[in-house]
Amino acid sequence: MNGQNQKVDYVQVEQSEQFQQFMTKRKKFILPYTIFFLVFYFLLPICTSYTSFLNTPAIGDISWVWLFAFAQFVMTFVLSIVYVKKAGALDQEAELIIKNQIQKGGAA
Amino acid sequence: MNLTYFTFFICIIVCTLIITYWAAKRSKTTNRFYTAAGSLTGFQNGLAISGDYISAASFLGVVGTIAINGYDGFLYSVGFLVSYLVVMFLIAEPVHHLGKYSLADVVCYRFNRNSIRSVMAFGTLLISFLYMIPQLVASGLLLRLLLNIDYSISVVVIGGLMTIYVVFGGMIATSWVQIVKTVVLLSGTFLLSLIVLSRFHWSPSAVMTEIIQQTPLREQFFIPGQLLNSPVELVSLQLALLLGTAGLPHILIRFFTVKNTKEVRRSLLSATWIIGIFYLITLVLGFGAIALIGYQKLVAADPTGNLAAPLMAKELGGDFLLAFISAIAFTTIVAVVAGLVISATTAFSHDIYHHIMKKGTTSEEDQLRAARWSALGIGLISTIFALRMENMNVTFLVSLTFTVAASSNFPVLLLTIYWKRFNQTGAIVGMVTGMIVSLACLILGPHIMNPNGGWITSKPLFPLYNPGIVAIPVGFFSAIIASLIFQKSSQSADEEMAPFFIKAQTGIDMRGKSM
Repeated sequence: MNGQNQKVDYVQVEQSEQFQQFMTKRKKFILPYTIFFLVFYFLLPICTSYTSFLNTPAIGDISWVWLFAFAQFVMTFVLSIVYVKKAGALDQEAELIIKNQIQKGGAA
Repeated sequence: MNLTYFTFFICIIVCTLIITYWAAKRSKTTNRFYTAAGSLTGFQNGLAISGDYISAASFLGVVGTIAINGYDGFLYSVGFLVSYLVVMFLIAEPVHHLGKYSLADVVCYRFNRNSIRSVMAFGTLLISFLYMIPQLVASGLLLRLLLNIDYSISVVVIGGLMTIYVVFGGMIATSWVQIVKTVVLLSGTFLLSLIVLSRFHWSPSAVMTEIIQQTPLREQFFIPGQLLNSPVELVSLQLALLLGTAGLPHILIRFFTVKNTKEVRRSLLSATWIIGIFYLITLVLGFGAIALIGYQKLVAADPTGNLAAPLMAKELGGDFLLAFISAIAFTTIVAVVAGLVISATTAFSHDIYHHIMKKGTTSEEDQLRAARWSALGIGLISTIFALRMENMNVTFLVSLTFTVAASSNFPVLLLTIYWKRFNQTGAIVGMVTGMIVSLACLILGPHIMNPNGGWITSKPLFPLYNPGIVAIPVGFFSAIIASLIFQKSSQSADEEMAPFFIKAQTGIDMRGKSM
């Protein structure tokens, strides 16, 4: 392994199948989850601003609007675990790219 | 000030000074001074992030605003928490992979220009001061109310402590003060919430019935629209809270204090859980405060409700509990302002002094000396400003910091990390426009231009209290449009982007820090 990275052709690494696959996998979980939490988050203020159906009682005296707000907490807790799992699963692939392509000079 | 208070406060001051003494012996290199040399574990950093993030405005402010406004107060907590998903999914790992000491390092890894570094450093300084000075003012007022000590003495004590931590102990002392603060804050508020619930025999419906008796809002307390009744204001506030955290320099530089990507994720996971649990506790405290104290007494003590938590502590456990909660509030304040001092220090001594003024040629000892002097200067300047602002209502600036961060730092970071056609002109234009527009909306808005008691008594030129919905898109679009106008050929952009992008995504290491 050479420590000198100047010779690496990064454009080639970036276009390599290995890196492209890695990026596809990353995007595959990051994008859908990001879109999901953005929509879920803004749904709360939008629903409370333009409708009032959330103000009806859901469980006992507690109305839907509170359940929705608590659901934001649950979503954040759950997604934080999901993120750590999914991102961690790709670590090995990232390491392989570094080992195979970059440290050997990008000529894989 | 009686003996109980005195003991609690001396305890905290002595504890944190011992930490600083211990840290000072370990802060002999710039790497250690700025980032604790990546020596924190993920969990420790998670505690420190929470300690950096949960300000007195969150602790006392959120409890108070829930007690007075009900449901709408809780929306702040929701926004503060969900914002961590943005940090986690989009920003944290690339920032850790690319940056060394400061936020400017991240952007300059792709566009290595002094102009960009200065703009980024200026942004960090602006945000840090905008956040720090109001906290100092608020803490001075708070301690005056709680302990009956002079405003200027409280400001000098807090300003002095934060400066000592950073000057001598750098990031190591700051981190450990924040860790201690989180542990104390979380256990103290948890205990208080248990006492509250036991008062109502652990029955939520008993709490709710009592709240309806005590609040002038009656049943409306539990229904949205009491504080933010315009949809635009509401969405605008939620947008700024959501995206603001991902642009706050003092939070983002905390990702340099762990050694690899796994620890970055662990930091985020623990920070998210701690912050989430904390906001659930503040909900109990807010409810308890209105139920036990009643609206009249809360507003009489402080119109914004900031004293709700301390008043309730006094009601439940007398002077002892009040002293305890005040001590927690004090710890909360010093930990947050110390985090802001270190982020401002890094921006000044690492970016402006080392990279721009000295062209990156200063020796290790010089850099360290510069860092300590910068910390001293920044501590002094903000204390002096805070001393002169005793009679100004500046607390609204704290929440507006989120808008400034979300419309300047956040768009530039996001586009730098992910957009291939982004370029240096876009970065500079985005930062500058984002800062100017968000500040202009603030100055021309009803917080400052207000016929009823504003600094400028006239009709506001900009109608919204929460300018995020205008300022954030302007920040994004100006950065994008400037990039498109001043575009380079796509091939040279590819060559510039490729190594950066690979490093951002995989964490390939060129300086022995990650993976």
